[in-house]
Amino acid sequence: MTTYTTIAEDTRPLHHPKTWVGKYVWSQDHKVIAIQYSLTAVGVGLVALVLSGLMRLQLAFPGAIPFITPEAYYQFVTMHGMIMVIYLLTALLLGGFGNYMIPLMIGARDMVFPFVNMLSYWVYLLSVIVLLASFFVPGGPTGAGWTLYPPQAITDGTPGAGWGIITMLASLAIFIVAFTMGGLNYATTVLQARTKGMTLMRMPCTVWGIFVATILGLLAFPALFVAAIMMMLDNTIGTSFFMPSIISMGEPLSHSGGSPILFQHLFWFFGHPEVYIVALPAFGIVSDIISTHSRKNIFGYRMMVWAIIIIGVLSFIVWAHHMYVSGMNPYFGYFFATSTLIIAVPTAIKVYNWVLTLWQGDIHLRVPLLFAIGFIFTFIHGGLTGLFLGNVSVDVPLSDTYFVVGHFHMVMGVSPILVIFGAIYHWYPKITGRMWNNVLGQLHFWITFIGVYIIYLPMHYLGLLGVPRRYYEMGETDFVPASVQWANEIITIAALTVGAAQIIFFYNLISSYFRGEKADPNPWGATSLEWQTPDTPPTHGNWGPTLPTVHRWAYDYSVPGAAQDFIPQNVPQGEPGADGDKM
Amino acid sequence: MRVAVVIALLVIGSIAFHFLSPWWMTPIASNWGALDNALILTFWVCGAVFIALNLFLAYSIYRFRHREGSRATYEPENIGLERGLTFWTAVGIVLMLAPGLIAWNKYISVPDDAAILEARGQQWQWSFRFPGADGVLGASAVEHISADNPFGVNPGDPWGRDDIIVESSELHLPLNQPVKLLLTSTDVLHNFYVPQFRAKMDLVPGTTTYLWFTPTKKGTFEILCAEYCGVGHHAMRGYVVVESDADFNTWLSDFPTQSELAGPAAEIAAIE
Repeated sequence: MTTYTTIAEDTRPLHHPKTWVGKYVWSQDHKVIAIQYSLTAVGVGLVALVLSGLMRLQLAFPGAIPFITPEAYYQFVTMHGMIMVIYLLTALLLGGFGNYMIPLMIGARDMVFPFVNMLSYWVYLLSVIVLLASFFVPGGPTGAGWTLYPPQAITDGTPGAGWGIITMLASLAIFIVAFTMGGLNYATTVLQARTKGMTLMRMPCTVWGIFVATILGLLAFPALFVAAIMMMLDNTIGTSFFMPSIISMGEPLSHSGGSPILFQHLFWFFGHPEVYIVALPAFGIVSDIISTHSRKNIFGYRMMVWAIIIIGVLSFIVWAHHMYVSGMNPYFGYFFATSTLIIAVPTAIKVYNWVLTLWQGDIHLRVPLLFAIGFIFTFIHGGLTGLFLGNVSVDVPLSDTYFVVGHFHMVMGVSPILVIFGAIYHWYPKITGRMWNNVLGQLHFWITFIGVYIIYLPMHYLGLLGVPRRYYEMGETDFVPASVQWANEIITIAALTVGAAQIIFFYNLISSYFRGEKADPNPWGATSLEWQTPDTPPTHGNWGPTLPTVHRWAYDYSVPGAAQDFIPQNVPQGEPGADGDKM
Repeated sequence: MRVAVVIALLVIGSIAFHFLSPWWMTPIASNWGALDNALILTFWVCGAVFIALNLFLAYSIYRFRHREGSRATYEPENIGLERGLTFWTAVGIVLMLAPGLIAWNKYISVPDDAAILEARGQQWQWSFRFPGADGVLGASAVEHISADNPFGVNPGDPWGRDDIIVESSELHLPLNQPVKLLLTSTDVLHNFYVPQFRAKMDLVPGTTTYLWFTPTKKGTFEILCAEYCGVGHHAMRGYVVVESDADFNTWLSDFPTQSELAGPAAEIAAIE
């Protein structure tokens, strides 16, 4: 407890940047680091977006674009997946939002290890540079699929089996180093640097989501780290961790005795928690957006927090549901199907509580809330299709088909990205001090939301038909009718439209930064601490001379008898107009 | 307001899409109706939840949209409601999980009368091996693979000599005879997938996996590789022809045994 009080009451600035470079480049300010993380993640994410457009062009018009060879197509598939999951979503939600929001929302001046935090960003940038460098190495980037399954990931017959896979594995290892430095910071800051009165059960859901996701990451990424190192050794010095005796392209290789399935276990022991590393911050953020804009406390706060924790714990015992048809011991199927469907219960509770938060609310349909509602819709869709794939025997016909592609894009592509958009619109006024353009924001929402549904709904039906994923082209196949080709063309048109619509988003953010209306410090009337900073945007150290003291939970909206429809967390009990603490 | 209408329209549109789209499971040609039934049950339970939740979402947005002077209700939690929802969700989950697990039990329990054969994958083609008159497949290993021993049958294993080697991507199977496919790969992961049979399993180099089914319809069905296996993945195709016992036997008799392929010299060498 002494540590807790010491940090909370320590008002000395932790570091003194004196130059422009010290302030904005080698910065130790969590807010600057957050922006650096976010811009890098979005930048590399745009590369992945372009790759998805190229893949869609191939699927709609097979062979029409000369440079999209099978090799190139599989390289696009791989780089698109890996960038989106790791370098965009994980980096943006934890490195970006985690960095910006944790200290502000818990009333701290900064992360507890600002120097390590800075290092985390620069190591992350290095991992991105190594990743992008793989586009320029001999043989190009790896085309092993984002799951990088051996043996094909490192044998001839897969594009980039030499340099491509080595740069990918190196980049992943570097990323994990960066994440670990950031993650230790986020977890320690939440545990040690909360301001006076900010008990764990008074933290906003955003902090809970990011906090639990960080712990998942710290426990799950090591599995990927060792898998990457082991595969690197198999590929470079001829060990046989994942390599049995095989004959590759007519040539017997010198490996023997390794297990390809071992890699899959390691990969998914990381890979499944990874889904929640992305989802939990999104769950937390969306809870706060819904609550703020419908002027109502998040329904069942305690249940919401426990659901996040339970989902986090369960996410470590469901990994093999990605491996039902991998050839692992078939008896595992019973256990993993059961554990997977159990995780649906706390997840469903979260969905109910989001909708019940809107119920009897005073709903202001501003752009951030529109995105949050879009998230509820796509997440219900993606969550329910997860029940198909999690239930072992239902998975058998659907596994490795477009049903899977539709499912995971809805649940961990579209859903968290809608939350990210909502979150950017929600916090933009605080971060920049300016308001965005409402008309452009609405336009961006409608094209994106309707567009993604046109993209992904038909994919589920193609999967039910049996169309396999990761096919460069379907070719002549008896059971695939010509209408599947039309579907691919429509999906591609929708995908390119949604991709192009993001220009509206970037234009809005950039032009508003320079010409936007000056924003009110708390334009939505929100209760959580980040809106109560003395300056907008918050300055270095966040709080001026004294840290805020927290007197209530983060959800005192529309409290009966209160003068306003919100009471900030730092307003003491019994103030004029404030009601008693409800929690 | 607009978003409430659009959510409702998306629900209606999804239902319309379901009934109007030409895409649905292919007509089944194996015994795996249990997989289809579990899937269809899941489909209707999830479909109902999808409709109910989203319509409630749309209605809530419409009914409680901000109007001048409106104020939200203050209700931090409602333990009774949350418990009820948890309970009924759990019931729904059990309802879907139970038939799924029962079907899985069948999927992994091979009947005693299943005929055994090996399906072999390599980049990017299929081939097959039948056990021959003794009904037993000889031991094999990639170390033994050569031009006249494509499956790497151990030359010292007497069970392997009458194995019938089908170096063709077209597999014939007798109608209504349960078969257990032993799946092997010489190079990378593959997956044996015939959409009309529903069954699917990876081929893993270094180990043997299996799946079983009973073909219940005569006809020709396409085999697809369903586990990414390199640049030729999409072109790794084959066919299963399901036909009468007589036609099947005629077809099989055209293929050589391992002894015929390797010649007597190989066996003598192995014995010595």
